[in-house]
Parts: sequence; C-alpha cells; structure tokens
Amino acid sequence: MNADALVLMLVSIVLIWGGLVASIAYVARRPENDHMPDGGEDTRVPD
Amino acid sequence: MAEHPEAAPHTHEKREHWSGQTAFILAAIGSAVGLGNIWRFPGQAYEHGGGAFMIPYLVALVTAGVPILFLENAIGHRFRGSAPLAMKRVHRNAEGVGWLHVAICFVIGLYYTAIIAWAVSYFFFSFGQSYADDPAGFFTGEYLELGEAGTVSLSFVPQVLIPLAAVWVVTIVILALGIHRGVERLNIIGIPVLVATFLVIVVRALFLDGAADGVAALFTPDFEALTDPQVWIAAYGQIFFSLSLAYGIMITYASYRRRRSNITAPGMVVAFGNSSFELLAGIGVFATLGFLAHQQGTTVAGLDNLAGPFLSFVTFPAVIAEMPGGAFFGALFFGSLVLAGLTSLVSVLQVISAALQDKFGLHPRGGAVAVGLVSAVLSIIGFGTTTGLYLLDTVDQWSNQLGIVAGAITMIAAALWFGRRGHELERHLAAVSTMRPGRYWLWLVNAVALLLIYMFAEKAVSLVQDGYGGYPGWYLAVFGWGTAAFLLAVALLMPLLRWRRDIERFHAWPSREQLALPAEVGERHTEDYDPREGRT
Repeated sequence: MNADALVLMLVSIVLIWGGLVASIAYVARRPENDHMPDGGEDTRVPD
Repeated sequence: MAEHPEAAPHTHEKREHWSGQTAFILAAIGSAVGLGNIWRFPGQAYEHGGGAFMIPYLVALVTAGVPILFLENAIGHRFRGSAPLAMKRVHRNAEGVGWLHVAICFVIGLYYTAIIAWAVSYFFFSFGQSYADDPAGFFTGEYLELGEAGTVSLSFVPQVLIPLAAVWVVTIVILALGIHRGVERLNIIGIPVLVATFLVIVVRALFLDGAADGVAALFTPDFEALTDPQVWIAAYGQIFFSLSLAYGIMITYASYRRRRSNITAPGMVVAFGNSSFELLAGIGVFATLGFLAHQQGTTVAGLDNLAGPFLSFVTFPAVIAEMPGGAFFGALFFGSLVLAGLTSLVSVLQVISAALQDKFGLHPRGGAVAVGLVSAVLSIIGFGTTTGLYLLDTVDQWSNQLGIVAGAITMIAAALWFGRRGHELERHLAAVSTMRPGRYWLWLVNAVALLLIYMFAEKAVSLVQDGYGGYPGWYLAVFGWGTAAFLLAVALLMPLLRWRRDIERFHAWPSREQLALPAEVGERHTEDYDPREGRT
C-alpha cells in the first residue's frame, strides 16, 4: 500500500472511530443533564 | 393527583418508551446502519477521489449529518409524536410534511424487504455454494428469473416470493410486540451481533492475497477531486442517506424517549457509530475486492459491479466462490446483510405504524398489522415477480433521491422558516442535554437546507431531461413519477382526515417560559396549563 493511502486510512480511522470512542466516553461519564428544568416526569408505559 | 395531566383521559403521555438511553442509541444506530453502509459508501468513496473523499465526507458529517440529526431528535422529543403529529405541533399546517415522511417510508419498506429476502436466500445458498459457477447468471437468471427491462410481469418467482413473505411475517411480529419488547430487543441483540460478525469478515478479508491492494484502491487520494463540486455533493448525499435523515425515523424514535432525556450527546454516538460501521465496511469490501482482482489477474479498477445490489449479489458471490472457507464467509456476509437490513426496515415501518396509531387511535399491535399486511401484499405483487429488480431500481431513484431530499427541505422550512421554532428547539436541546447544540447549529441547518434545495433541483432536472436507467418513458412516468405523485398525494390528503385522538391536550416540556421564550399567541395550548408548575 502506498504511503498516501496509508496516511488517509489511518487519519480516517483515528477521526471516525476516535469520534465514536470519545462520544461514548462523553455519554458514559455524564449520561444525563443534572440541571434540567422542573417537571417532565413521564407516566409508566401502558401495556 | 387529579391535576396531573397524565392522569387526565386521552392525553398523550401514555406513549411507549425505550427502556433506557443505551437501548435508544442501539436502535438509532440499527436504523442508520443499513444496506447503504455496506454497498453504497465504499463505492461512493472509490468513485469520488478515494482517500480524498474522506475530507468532504467528514466535513459533511459534522456540518450536515449531526445538525439535521439534532433537528429531527429535537422535533420528535419536544413535540412527542409520530412524524405527522410532531410536525403538526411544530406548525399547524405542517402535518403533511410528516405524512410525506410516512409515504416515503411506505414506499421504501416495500422494496427494502425484497433485498433482505434476497439476502436470506443467499445466506442459505452460501452453504451449498449454488451461486459459485456463474454468479451473474445465477443472480439474474436462475434466482431472480429476470424478465425484460421496462415491462411489468405478474409471473411470480417462488424462490423470491417465499423468503419475501417470511421477512414480512418476522417484521410484522417484531413491530406488533411494540417498541420495548420488539424493536428494542431486535436491536439490543442484532447490533452487537452485526458488529461482531462484520469484524470477523473484515479481519478474514484483510488476510486474503491482494487485500492490501484493495484497501489501497479505496484510500489512495485524488486531491484534484476536491475541486469538483459533484464530489462534495456526493459526500453530503452519502452522509444524508446513510444516517437515515428525513425519513421521520429519528422524529419517531426520539418521541419514545422519556422527556427528561439527554438528546445531543447520544446523537453524536449515533452519528459516529454509523460512520464507524461504514468505514469498517469500506475496508472489508475493498480488501475483498482486492482479493478478487488478484485472483483474476487484474486490478480493482478492472472489476465491474463495485456498488449496489450487484456488489452484494454478484461480485461477493464470485469472491466467496474463490475463497478458502467460502461457505462460512458467505453465510457471515449475507447474515450480516439480513441483520443490517432488518434493523433498518423495522425503523422505517415503525414510522408508518406510529403515524397510524396517533392518527387513528390504534394500539401498537393494530398499527403494526395494518401496515404490515397492506405492505406485504403490495411488496409481494411488485417485487416477488420476474420484473421486481427494475421496479426496485426505478422506485428507489424517485423515493430516495427525490422524496427524501424534499422531506428534509420541507421539514426544515416548516420548523425554522414558517414555524419559527429554531430558538425553541435549540434551547430545548440545551435544557435537556449534556452537550449544547452550539451557536452555529441553526446556522448550519439553514445552510444545509439551501444545499438540499440545489440537490433536489439538480436531480429533478436530470430525471426530467435524461430519464433514468434507459427505461422507456411510459415506464418512468408510471413508476418513477407515479411514485412522486403518490408521495405528494399522501402528504396533501392525509391531513384532511380527522384525528381520532385528542391531540390538543399537549404541553411541551420544558415550557417556553422555562426556556425563557415569550408565550405563544394563537390557538395553541402549550402555555395555558402547566400543573407541574402549580399554575392550573
């Protein structure tokens, strides 16, 4: 494989898969907003 | 708790819910990751500058994919309804935009099922390698029994019809089980299995002779391509179609999230998850194509059928036939096509089922069966015959390339330009999410709308002037423009029917006051009653 192709493949992998890992880490660290406005409770799911 | 709105009869709070955030993320990824990730992305990248395509692709992901994904999520989450209901709450005259989404999903569901049925057949063919000797002849001749292009046949092909009917039965059962027990469970199991299967395929493919040349063909950059506007349009188109935007799917799926839910950050996971799978598939597909070229003593450029159904059902079988352990590889490949397709198909049909439930007061089971039965019959008549492939090709052009782009433009126009909901939606996202959409979000959505208008006009002009695929004019008039006319008719006529549910008793949360916006004037009920704040 030529160097250009290799570099572009690696950059794409780092940016896209890195973006996935970073966004998962972001959600995992803070799954919900702790400072939401009051209200907004939902009722139970009907069957 | 009599003052609690949920306790009042016929309110809309009795909506189904995802069991949690992870379930929603998996279902949204399941919807976005579909056949297009496997057979459209690699071909688009290869044709449009190879590795250089990744630059416009990434720009498109961040400037169009994520912003429109946020918009759809915001509409569905704030206005809590199927596409027609949520859009009606966005603007009282925008219900038809939601029905346009529903009609597109209806049309796409008809032929998407056919492709999944082919993949089911090929999964079983893989064990006996029945396609090995002459993959092209086998696909169009022996399997599809393809008739003449530009004709309509009612001669059914049993080996297509039977798996097609089976896929419909499975899909109707999943939808009828509801969001929590059906759609969610399919994705919680299906998506990890799909990713694991595809990882096995890619690792295996990378160890084939010629794999490195194949991957090099995909990534070797042609930076000249970046000066070609068509390459940028292709990148935006790929992001757009790949993320399943403007089908109403994300509106529908977001409406099943609880009100107190994080919206933007999970959206980022969905957007990057979809592209991550696409990149993985690209590497796997081109490594495999490199092997095929190596076997045939040619280069990847010398191969035919590098995208679309022919990539999956002709080129891949050729590879499988030449590969050691091909049966196993073939079963994995077609098995993952079935999974990727099924998780997307279910989301497309859920859009229709949800809309019928909201409009006609149906139970989830009733909605699923109503959609499923009508679709199954039409799908079998259209695509279970010897001319199904041509019909699929034609209907796809109009519903996908024209319909979805129109669905996106009208959605943005209704929400931002006519409904003036931009700041409301922006503050809604910021209020409930861990990540603010940012000050450029609305600006980007507006800019994307202009680009989409250009894409729509260009495609419409090309279809009018040049026709499509060499099919006769009458055929395109009936099935191509006929599809467009059907979409338009549904969008215009369905809003005339009466809502069987009380949709007026609805209160957006957080209220406009909580979002520091002035109260609305007019007939909408959002602000006049909010017992949660103790002011009834």
